[in-house]
Amino acid sequence: MTQTMAVAKALNESLRKALENDPKVLIMGEDVGKLGGVFRITDGLYKDFGEGRVIDTPLAESGIVGTAIGLALRGYRPVVEIQFDGFVFPAYDQIVTQLAKMHARALGKIKLPVVIRIPYGGGIGAVEHHSESPEALFAHVPGLKVVSPSNSSDAYWMLQQAIECDDPVIFFEPKRRYWDKGEVDVAALPGDLHRAVVAQQGTDVTLAAYGPMVKVCLEAAAAAANEGRSLEVVDLRSLSPIDFDTIEASVRRTGRLVVVHEAPVFYGAGAEIAARITERCFYHLEAPVLRVGGFHAPYPPARLEEEYLPGLDRVLDAVDRALAF
Amino acid sequence: MSVKSTAAGGSPAKSRGRTTTRGTAAKRRAGEPGLVQLLTPEGERVEHPDYAIDLTPEELRGLYRDMVLTRRFDAEAITLQRQGELGLWASLLGQEAAQIGSGRATRPDDYVFPTYREHGVAWTRDVDPLNLLGMFRGVNHGGWDPNENNFQLYTIVIGSQTLHATGYAMGVAKDGADAAVIAYFGDGASSQGDVAEAFTFAAVYNAPVVFFCQNNQWAISEPTEKQSRVPIYQRAAGYGFPGVRVDGNDVLAVLAVTRAALEHARSGQGPMLVEAFTYRMGAHTTTDDPTRYRSDEEREEWASKDPIARLRTYLEREGLADEAFYAEIDTESDALAKRVREGVRNMPNPGTMAIFENVYADGSALVDEERAQFAEYLSSFETGDVETAGTGH
Repeated sequence: MTQTMAVAKALNESLRKALENDPKVLIMGEDVGKLGGVFRITDGLYKDFGEGRVIDTPLAESGIVGTAIGLALRGYRPVVEIQFDGFVFPAYDQIVTQLAKMHARALGKIKLPVVIRIPYGGGIGAVEHHSESPEALFAHVPGLKVVSPSNSSDAYWMLQQAIECDDPVIFFEPKRRYWDKGEVDVAALPGDLHRAVVAQQGTDVTLAAYGPMVKVCLEAAAAAANEGRSLEVVDLRSLSPIDFDTIEASVRRTGRLVVVHEAPVFYGAGAEIAARITERCFYHLEAPVLRVGGFHAPYPPARLEEEYLPGLDRVLDAVDRALAF
Repeated sequence: MSVKSTAAGGSPAKSRGRTTTRGTAAKRRAGEPGLVQLLTPEGERVEHPDYAIDLTPEELRGLYRDMVLTRRFDAEAITLQRQGELGLWASLLGQEAAQIGSGRATRPDDYVFPTYREHGVAWTRDVDPLNLLGMFRGVNHGGWDPNENNFQLYTIVIGSQTLHATGYAMGVAKDGADAAVIAYFGDGASSQGDVAEAFTFAAVYNAPVVFFCQNNQWAISEPTEKQSRVPIYQRAAGYGFPGVRVDGNDVLAVLAVTRAALEHARSGQGPMLVEAFTYRMGAHTTTDDPTRYRSDEEREEWASKDPIARLRTYLEREGLADEAFYAEIDTESDALAKRVREGVRNMPNPGTMAIFENVYADGSALVDEERAQFAEYLSSFETGDVETAGTGH
């Protein structure tokens, strides 16, 4: 049952399967209907499931999320598409103030099974607001779950698991990986949505990454192998909650940890991971936990993004520093 | 009964001149031709060409009873706040007709999305008044089951719930259900972007939702002139659905107009905006001091339009209720106040570990870890009974 498909196609197939499996699943967003979404993630779904289930919405993000909340209260399972990372902020109030808190406000008597899909990250030469990585702003909010697949298989399975989840899930899609192909076993039973996996085994340094940076870390591991260094790559997959057990187990083996993400390092996921891992296995660390990521500056114009984004060299530089400590 | 946009004649700018006192301006607006009224402040029954209503004496007495009991509950809550039993209270004093009239217009299958002042609407939905007090006492953030009475939790951030109501109504339409949704908000919330987006979505999807704006003239200290240059009900026209302004202190008119609006929505004609023109007689909440921003004259003028007094005048003049009826309501009011008082005082504090409950429906390893760590910390105290440690540390 294994098929080769790009991440975008895997997401599309996953949405199709969710629509087939559960009549309460709805897709909502700007241009998700006839156009199939600006990245074509919903391609063909409007034609096959109709405008009652694949809903082109007015261009108002707060309205999209706010009405999705209402539909969820009525028993539907809306899957919302925010067109680009930088466009989510008009909906931020509805997500943080309402969606995240309503289950607790009702003392558990209502559920909010809403998935918010957000293509995120840079690397596609876009204009301002189309390349951001705001995941920490959502992971910081109790009541939200935050996940990000790095490959086709996870894109296919994690999206369905997010839709089946009774909690709101912010689903960050690595947009520059949309066209990367990978194997998807559509029959395989998925593991836990929030489990991290060791994507590459190694012994000298652990690299922890998620979404678009997993590929960079795997490339770094391959390059390091040529120099006789063995890097382990942990694909976090979930940012809220984070599977600290898997990271800790890896760090206990390697003694060194470098966290890599596109998002600015300041208050980013790497800060939380560094603090928790330091608490959990301080005496197993041979070096401080290091971070590689974006700067405390607005995402730069496209002509600078190659320098801005953490690439192979910056990851390997951090590896060198961890090993030299 | 026909429903159409009831536009006020004349230029709204006329009554907004700088030299006009607020009291006079309010009087002029209340007397404008667009205002739907079936019972005058003097208790005279009048007819309106678009909105008729014919209630039995029993129904009229029922509306009176609802308003009196709601007012008594509200007064008791203020007292409880003053006694330190509640942290805060948002009084509905003066808005009883707007809330009872609209709430009684709903059917059991309809669904209500309130803001945080809809104690009278909650009463009409058979929500136990004690449920409303938990959040003001600080023992929960609401906590009642919204689906038990089709009455959503109170929403504190103004305007947000209008979008939830619209989405819910979109779902009602998808289900083909014979029901409508009503979203409450105020004149202040009418400035929120979420309300504008709710109007847009409701119009585009022809959602069966009634937007019920209680224009109580004041958003804490800011008058409606700071929110809108046109009467709020006129905004509906720009979105392509009808809007109507009703005398919010006239329970008969509010009932008739809201019934028509809900029927308009239920019958597939889409959303409608009702602006109930009323007045917040009390403070915004118990922390507010309205003497800093509005005049006694204005309040007195609105006091003469009291919703309960005018219905009582009518009942008495028409001989629709006897002394025994009023005496019975007095007894009932006292009993309600007593029950609320005792219920609040006996409301238990939640156990400390409630902090970690219901954060997620499907659980979270992060919450589990922090719960275990905190429980361990608490258990390090001598009297560390975790579940009852609420007042111990």
